[in-house]
Amino acid sequence: MALLEVRDLKTHFRTDDGIVKAVDGVSFSIEKGKTLGIVGESGCGKSVTCLTIMGLNASKGTTTTGEALFKGEDLLTMNSKRLREIRGNDIAMIFQDPMTSLNPVHKIGDQLGEAILLHRDVTKRQARARSTELLKAVGIPHAERRLDDFPHQFSGGMRQRVMIAMALVNDPDLLIADEPTTALDVTTQAQILNLMDRLQDEFGSAIIMITHDLGVVAEIADDIVVMYAAKVVEQAPVDDLFKQPRHPYTWGLLGSLPRLNTDVDRLVQIPGSPPSLLNPPRGCRFNPRCSYVFGRCKEEEPGLMPVTGAPEHLQACFLDDETKELENRKLQAGSYAGGAG
Amino acid sequence: MFRYLIRRLLWAGVLFIAVTVITYVIFFIIPADPARLAVGQRATPETVARARHFLGLDKPVPVQYMLFMKRLVLHHSLGRSFTNRQDVNKVILQAAPVTASLVFGGVILWMAIALPIGILSALRPRSLLDRTAMIFVLIGISAPVVWIGLILQYFIGYKLGWTPNAGYCDLLDTQGGCGGPVDWAYHLILPWTTFAILFAAIYVRMIRANVMDTMNEDYVRTARAKGAPESQVMRSHVLRNALLPVVTMLGMDIGIALGGAIFTEYVFGLPGLGRLAVSSIEGFDLPMIEGIVIFSTLCIIAFNVLVDVLYAWIDPRIRLS
Repeated sequence: MALLEVRDLKTHFRTDDGIVKAVDGVSFSIEKGKTLGIVGESGCGKSVTCLTIMGLNASKGTTTTGEALFKGEDLLTMNSKRLREIRGNDIAMIFQDPMTSLNPVHKIGDQLGEAILLHRDVTKRQARARSTELLKAVGIPHAERRLDDFPHQFSGGMRQRVMIAMALVNDPDLLIADEPTTALDVTTQAQILNLMDRLQDEFGSAIIMITHDLGVVAEIADDIVVMYAAKVVEQAPVDDLFKQPRHPYTWGLLGSLPRLNTDVDRLVQIPGSPPSLLNPPRGCRFNPRCSYVFGRCKEEEPGLMPVTGAPEHLQACFLDDETKELENRKLQAGSYAGGAG
Repeated sequence: MFRYLIRRLLWAGVLFIAVTVITYVIFFIIPADPARLAVGQRATPETVARARHFLGLDKPVPVQYMLFMKRLVLHHSLGRSFTNRQDVNKVILQAAPVTASLVFGGVILWMAIALPIGILSALRPRSLLDRTAMIFVLIGISAPVVWIGLILQYFIGYKLGWTPNAGYCDLLDTQGGCGGPVDWAYHLILPWTTFAILFAAIYVRMIRANVMDTMNEDYVRTARAKGAPESQVMRSHVLRNALLPVVTMLGMDIGIALGGAIFTEYVFGLPGLGRLAVSSIEGFDLPMIEGIVIFSTLCIIAFNVLVDVLYAWIDPRIRLS
């Protein structure tokens, strides 16, 4: 049984302008100890997907359907008490902006301690010891002393380390990281990614890594889900996705990665901007921006189908295999061999 | 902290001089003759001239100001009233506790109303409670204090006879048949209510907005993601942050109100600073006006410093930077 299995998840927000289908039929699953990357542009529904799984966007006017089975229990329909037991204990989450994700008026130690005391029957002293241990594990010097500091006394990278420590404090089975490096500068990004990679070996948590940067997931993900306009357009093991991408949107994403070993004047860009989720285009949602578009794309919505000869590689595009092979070779000639970044 | 206090005190000095000078200037721009007012309309020109000399009004304005400051700095005396020769220090010290009783009781009442209503309506925006509260807020902000006071007086004091309509009883002094905590509070129920309504309305709106803003903060989501129950999220993460700006506002409002809650005191015949200010202005009683202005300025300065210190204590970002 998969650790988390999401089936046909839909999250719709009712707004004054109409219904925004922020997540529209997303399915994926993740095994114990593995890393899944969810990639897509801003507003494609990747963050909403994870917030929905955690039950954290339950505002009025939101309807959620589908299933999110965590160890067989459906997170979407369970009562709030059970969900609270799972949150922060079995499933923990790291957010995008470490500058605003910690409460400015509480000491770091108290915020870490809160996460422990909510789920474990331990004394404050034991919670403090565990907090120190975790701060050490995420590489914060003078951990014991820094527990008494406030968030504003930490830099952005250090705060994200604190957030990671806080997420791991109860040894969760699943860690959801929502663009954990986006708000950080490049050198800090690499440090945080390495840290997460190392901690995954140590703690054995599965990780769902949400990002708009394929370079980020290339290094640490086992599988990748590519989302576009609230839907999954391609899903594959990381090597397959980088070597044999099957969807024009994925090609665009890969083509827009900067590369050092080729001499190009300009980066490839995907023309246009993502569609409004209030009123998505008919047929394939990517068709207005796709340079391979043909008649059928505008009429029919492609389903997610396995690639011939690669049952784990799913894609949602009507293009024939020959054209895809051809385009693939062109892309590879531009060369991003061995991953990206 | 020490340097901060020094800077604060220097500023207080500058403010103090500015306020007293401005009061003098305004007073002498107004075309009226305090000396004539002091001796009465029927006095002979000689009497008026003597009174003018006696009050020091025949000297140039800057000299008058310097004399006033000298007396204040050397003898800590605000002088004597132009109209009845009473010691200004003493009059103000008698009126201040009345205003303070009104203000502090009012603050407790308005916070007791504003905190629960503000928080509850933030938790359930657009609910029946929220909408009712907003109607109350609209009335509270729009209705003139005097009108509210008169309405309360008429219905609760006069028609129902539940409370006295006017007057003040000392909190401690029981001489004269009226006094002690019970009489004191009994006489202040209507003034407190009147005084509190406007502020309660303003604070409900402010607390509601702050709580709603804070509930959207990322760290509140973090707390929920940790698995904290809603009550703990509110108490430990939302309210603590949402009420920080309220502390600042409260301190400043108390400082200002202590200078005299003119309308409320007037309607209910409370012998506080507000009523004293009105009667001194009517009588062109410069020493009394200056006295009240100085007292209010000191209150405002004191409460601003208090707010700063308190704020530094509850907000670590300020304390440690």
